[in-house]
Amino acid sequence: MSEDTSTQDTTTEETSGETAPASESERRRLQEIWAAGTEEPAWVTAATAEGAQLMLPRDQASPVEVAEEGGTLVNDDRLYELEAAEEETTILNMGPQHPSTHGVLRLQLELEGEIVRRVKPVIGYLHTGMEKTGETLTFLQGPTNVTRMDYLAPFHNELCFSLATEALLGIDLPPRALAIRVLMTELNRVSSHLTWVATQGMDLGAVSMMIYGIRERELLLAFFEKTTGLRMNHNYIRPGGVAADLPDGWQEDVAEIVEAIPKGLDDYHDLLTHNPIFLGRTEGVGVITAQECFAYGITGPPLRAAGVDWDLRKTQPYSGIEHYDFEVPLGQHGDVYNRYLVRMEEMRQSLRIAAQVAESMPDGDYRSEDLKVTPPPRKRIDESMEALIHHFKIFTEGFKVPAGEHYQAIEGPRGELGHYVVSVGDAKPWRLHCRTPSFAAIQALPTLMADQLIADSVAIIASIDPVLGDVDR
Amino acid sequence: MAEPPGFLTTTINSIANWARYQSSWGATFGLACCAIEMMHTGAAHNDLARFGMEVFRASPRQADLMIVAGRVSQKMAPVLRQVYDQMPEPKWVISMGACASTGGMFNNYALVQGVDQVVPVDVYVPGCPPGPQSLMHAILTLHEGIKSGEFVHV
Repeated sequence: MSEDTSTQDTTTEETSGETAPASESERRRLQEIWAAGTEEPAWVTAATAEGAQLMLPRDQASPVEVAEEGGTLVNDDRLYELEAAEEETTILNMGPQHPSTHGVLRLQLELEGEIVRRVKPVIGYLHTGMEKTGETLTFLQGPTNVTRMDYLAPFHNELCFSLATEALLGIDLPPRALAIRVLMTELNRVSSHLTWVATQGMDLGAVSMMIYGIRERELLLAFFEKTTGLRMNHNYIRPGGVAADLPDGWQEDVAEIVEAIPKGLDDYHDLLTHNPIFLGRTEGVGVITAQECFAYGITGPPLRAAGVDWDLRKTQPYSGIEHYDFEVPLGQHGDVYNRYLVRMEEMRQSLRIAAQVAESMPDGDYRSEDLKVTPPPRKRIDESMEALIHHFKIFTEGFKVPAGEHYQAIEGPRGELGHYVVSVGDAKPWRLHCRTPSFAAIQALPTLMADQLIADSVAIIASIDPVLGDVDR
Repeated sequence: MAEPPGFLTTTINSIANWARYQSSWGATFGLACCAIEMMHTGAAHNDLARFGMEVFRASPRQADLMIVAGRVSQKMAPVLRQVYDQMPEPKWVISMGACASTGGMFNNYALVQGVDQVVPVDVYVPGCPPGPQSLMHAILTLHEGIKSGEFVHV
């Protein structure tokens, strides 16, 4: 951690206001704050409903805050007393501009020597107002919005929104559309985990993992670009099917991906799995138990690494994924190393699903035949005035969705990704709420990081694989 | 009078700009989706090292170029400005992507509608997100501007 980006913060919450400094000592204090550059303007702390965003010293913080930040709210297995005196601890600010917090996460750490005693995550630096924006877009435009939430898993967001909308509409999809959706989401899971292995490696000093992970990911992104027109943020899976059929030669592309990436994974295993430095940095680090996962709502690989067999693809299957054969890898200890193993195996399983989809891809239409939802084919627009009007109406007014509400959850790369959509019979959602896995994972950071070395904090952050677009949205 | 052989005459400015454009180090300012494409630009497949640009500095004190990669929220804007202020002169800004340039598709309460409201921008990159090729083109455009002195405001 370089000193420039992480400035120490020892000032108290007291704000001076905008008036001129009264005395020389006050002037000096203000100069120190200015040099440290950390104090928030007075209006920021005043306007935040949650109170001050700064981590308070122990004598000023409430017992609840101390317990929350110490990670002892859920499980009292390691209640501890501060060994050093209060003055000997340091409150360190980490982020929001920090290379190893995976985006714009800001953490405040109370350090006793090199041991982290309290952690306070501060989020909202990437708040984009997407749930509100979702209310101003039609159901057909909705995926353009949600795909930018978790930008490492765009297909999953689109799929979740589309499934919720289709449940409200009550339409069924042709089998080819379902199979394309499964293919794209599972390949997306691989590309997301590849980014994770790249950053996890880099955060632990294995910089070559960054090069390798992104090398393999380029293969997938090239296929996504060929299929959808964009490398990320595709808007490909839409209510009523997918935007376009798979491109010519997709079988060869998928076959190449399914063949090439496991070779890369073998390389990663050679480099990392038995590497003594990697083991030392990950084994027994950042342990979270199943009980704590339940309490914080953590799902996905961290939950499975704690030994809980819970995968929504098995328990609440969607989009016909139950027809494919795959296994759910489980860990035992819930530490960083187990999360690493679980994700590495998940990539293989996802590629296995992709191979099965490629083998058994059904023929037929890639969109629903419900004409209320599906725009007419491009060819028909040239021939028929009615088709042109129909196309125009669907893309300007949108289609009306019956009143009702639906919560749809799918297994994203980071855990349970849920979209709750309320419709009042309009062409736009009345309310869109997203249950995002990274948000739940971030709030468990105190439990994961408290009483660990500060050097391990980056390993722990990387191991829960947070995407700040997913947290703040 | 003919110049003696073995000498090269130039101005201080042009030789300084020649040095500057060949070593413009980026500050990592990855915010959202574009940051992933920025990582891809720097990695082996696209290989930003071909242009002397592979060094991304975690510390703004060692950086000349800030690539604002992603959407800037109202809460992030003061941080962005502070990082910009900490960078030594001369410095440049690339606004990467639709969100950083104009707010993109998010015309709402949460986002700064264009990072040029906060810091002066030299090159805008269109796209959502711009591919690595677009970012490289922006960087090469910036290099041309630095070399010619057009973007040097010292």
